[in-house]
Amino acid sequence: MLNTMAGKTQIKIKKKSEFMRTLKQMSYNKLAVFGAIVFAIELILVILAPLIAPYGYAEMDMAAAYQPPSWAHLCGTDDLGRDIFSRLLYGGRYSITMGIFSIGISVMLGIIIGSTAGYFGGKVDNIIMRFLDIIQSLPGMLLTIVISAVLGSGYINTILSLSVNGIPGQARMLRAQMMRVRGSEYIEAAESINCSKFRIIAKHLIPNSFSPLIVQATMGVANMIIMAAGLSFIGLGVQPPASEWGAMLSGSRQFIRSSPHMVFFPGLAIAITILALNLMGDGLRDALDPKLKR
Amino acid sequence: MSDEIKESMPFLEVKNLIVEYFTSEQTVHAVNGVSFKLEKGKTLGLVGETGAGKTSIAKAILRILPDVGARIAKGEVWLADENITRISEEEMRKIRGKKISMIFQDPMTALNPVQRVGDQIAEVVSLHNSGTKESFKKRAEEMLEMVGIQKERYGDYPHQFSGGMKQRVVIAIALACNPELLLADEPTTALDVTIQAQVLKLIDNLKEKLNTSMVLITHDMGVVATHCDDVAVVYAGNIVEYGSKEQVFDHPAHPYTIGLFGAIPNLGRDEEWLHPIEGLPPDPSDLPEGCSFHPRCNYTTEECKAGTIDMLATPDGHQCRCIHMDRVLKGEV
Amino acid sequence: MLRYILKRILWMIPIVLGVAIIVFTLMSFCPGDPATIILGSTATESDLTAMREELGLNKTYIERLGTFLYDTFIRFDFGESWITRTSIKAAIIERLPRTMLLTIATLGLSTLIGISLGIMAAINQGNWKDNFCMAFALIGVSVPDFWLALLLILLFSVKLGWLPAMGIGGLQYYILPAMAGCMGGIAALARQTRSSMLDVIRADYITTARSKGVPEFRVITRHALKNAFIPIITIIGTHFGKMLGGAMVIETIFAIPGMGSYIVTAVNSRDYPVVQVGAVFLAIVFSICMLGVDLIYAAVDPRIRAQYGKKSRKVKVNA
Repeated sequence: MLNTMAGKTQIKIKKKSEFMRTLKQMSYNKLAVFGAIVFAIELILVILAPLIAPYGYAEMDMAAAYQPPSWAHLCGTDDLGRDIFSRLLYGGRYSITMGIFSIGISVMLGIIIGSTAGYFGGKVDNIIMRFLDIIQSLPGMLLTIVISAVLGSGYINTILSLSVNGIPGQARMLRAQMMRVRGSEYIEAAESINCSKFRIIAKHLIPNSFSPLIVQATMGVANMIIMAAGLSFIGLGVQPPASEWGAMLSGSRQFIRSSPHMVFFPGLAIAITILALNLMGDGLRDALDPKLKR
Repeated sequence: MSDEIKESMPFLEVKNLIVEYFTSEQTVHAVNGVSFKLEKGKTLGLVGETGAGKTSIAKAILRILPDVGARIAKGEVWLADENITRISEEEMRKIRGKKISMIFQDPMTALNPVQRVGDQIAEVVSLHNSGTKESFKKRAEEMLEMVGIQKERYGDYPHQFSGGMKQRVVIAIALACNPELLLADEPTTALDVTIQAQVLKLIDNLKEKLNTSMVLITHDMGVVATHCDDVAVVYAGNIVEYGSKEQVFDHPAHPYTIGLFGAIPNLGRDEEWLHPIEGLPPDPSDLPEGCSFHPRCNYTTEECKAGTIDMLATPDGHQCRCIHMDRVLKGEV
Repeated sequence: MLRYILKRILWMIPIVLGVAIIVFTLMSFCPGDPATIILGSTATESDLTAMREELGLNKTYIERLGTFLYDTFIRFDFGESWITRTSIKAAIIERLPRTMLLTIATLGLSTLIGISLGIMAAINQGNWKDNFCMAFALIGVSVPDFWLALLLILLFSVKLGWLPAMGIGGLQYYILPAMAGCMGGIAALARQTRSSMLDVIRADYITTARSKGVPEFRVITRHALKNAFIPIITIIGTHFGKMLGGAMVIETIFAIPGMGSYIVTAVNSRDYPVVQVGAVFLAIVFSICMLGVDLIYAAVDPRIRAQYGKKSRKVKVNA
């Protein structure tokens, strides 16, 4: 009893230091730090949108429509005279949370499906993998569009249809990880002391598959934000007047000739977010890569 | 005859060669002023522990050090009467594989996995000879047979070969253009003991046939004894003892050389234990002051720990980099 | 090898059937009454009933699924659009080549530029050329294609007037769409090419090639690139899928009447038969492409070819 207690605390200490080491490793990577800072600032701005935004997101002022950027309107105004900067701040709430939630759901389901396939192997694995084969032979965007056609548009439905699209990738990666660790000795050791299968999966296999999962999830958030915006852009997903970034782009498309700033800023907001997330993801991957560890 | 004069002058001469590797944090001193000479048709053994800089010497001669971070900081390499450290990359390229060729340490990774083995031999032939595709192929088939592989296996890929056979292919590539100088970098280390002897015999035979000079890199004193004419013992990127095989084997004057002999079993004497050298080779990015062997040496005095130690002549006329060699030769500790 | 190709083609049948079943099932959950969608909300109840009869909606799910599979795969009768009442088959024959042209142009452009950038970065590792290529790649993955499309229209059509902004005509109509769609591919390919080239370029057999006196250009193209190619091919394959999907957005922006805009319009107007058949078709195209990728693997790498020679079946699908 005492022994297992000691073992547990030791593992915890090791895990914490592993996490700290990853963070430290990442802090050497200037670009990754830059990405993290940009994303953090963006999160703060978006969370505090009601305090920071100079105007309401639906506040119209027809007299001030189509204004190019100025000190009064940092990113100009749109066809209804709404302040684009304020709308971007509120819109970020949609875009960023859609990215995070949809990847969260697909990671969770991916873990369940992938670890089942990877751990049990054999027939179970075969059936699951063939099913994923089928899902993945639909190009990703097509699958998302088909599912959102079924579920309908809206915030929650878009998150769901995006997350279905992410599941196969996450499941496959987890399965591959699991296949890799399954043969290792500590799993045999756990089996030899009669650990239950569920316990082995939850306590041993999943934690050991964690680092590639985190990297893929970080990059996945970026991908999902782009897809969400793309969906809104073609009229599915979140609909105007909500100020989701893709929907803003879509709504301003027709004014591209006269007021290009209406198109420019929402896209820039997406691009900056994606860039920050990718920089973070790259940094994380390098920090977790044992080959690069010094 | 003019031929004879040539035979007696050094065919390969390396003068004060210095090779450094740079990383963002540090400079690694891999080779620190190595000089040696090699006559036509002779074999020089470069002996030393792993990481002593032997491979860097060979790669520097062929100028194939990795592009990023490695450079020949100083020194000259003369091949016959040409300073090949000064010639253009294009001229050097014509020498590689033709006049100088190299056999690599690990046959498992030295062959291109997606190219037919025959084509890998034919490629070097085609680069340095004029002729038709068929003639290159024929030459490659000849080479395969010469190293003891049926020519029907021309179209096989490396993964279809065993380690020993891969090494034979590597040797066939190295010898396909009848090189005048062969750099053999531990050609047998990665192989089974039974195949080691075969491969070395093969190299010897081919060398004899073509009158090729050879630099044989090894950490195996036994291999040196049977295959070399001269010996240079390398420690931490420096030659610490250099002479003919007989001189070095009969009167080793450097404590490190003696240590190397102590680390091989002697069947003639009835010894209970081998005598490995205590300690580890020094970190080449942080070499000790003075004689780089002093931390592991039994003869160390204060004088060993500062300044540069020069090569000195031993009583029998070979060279040794040790200020205490009189004591070493007498066997005093 | 031939047996392997045959096996892979046979394996496509259950995949395509699976896609068809999944898409059909999803579509049957779609909200709204098809008869009302077709006839409009003003139609009488008797008309609606007749229409339901005609569509076979009073039959069970299994019967309808059977009819759909039979019509699509045995009779090659894809039915008609609910909205326009025109043949879906005719529309696909007309539209699929445009989507293929767009996708292949996009893929070609990204492969060419992506691999070149990757090689340039790898052989200049650490200096400004490397940094430039990687910065370009990083920005490339971060820019959404639909935004880039709008910016390109703004620059090349609105400001400079060099290229048409929308519609179809000659090949010049595909230049902007291909440019907009290729950025993601360029970025991913440049990064993958760089990292696998860096792996390969340090390999011993590259040193062997240099020691043979192989000229540097040939070392890169013949020895390094061929070995670095396998992961690059994987990326090309996945990007083919992404670009097929991306075509939906790009075609919509540039008003190209291809498969993508066909499906998007159909989804928005609840024209479900079009969505069904369109999705199945794109899945078939994608599967054929993935088969091509697998065959290229085998062509490039003799080790993979050797595995196919044996009876092994599992190696390929997991890749």
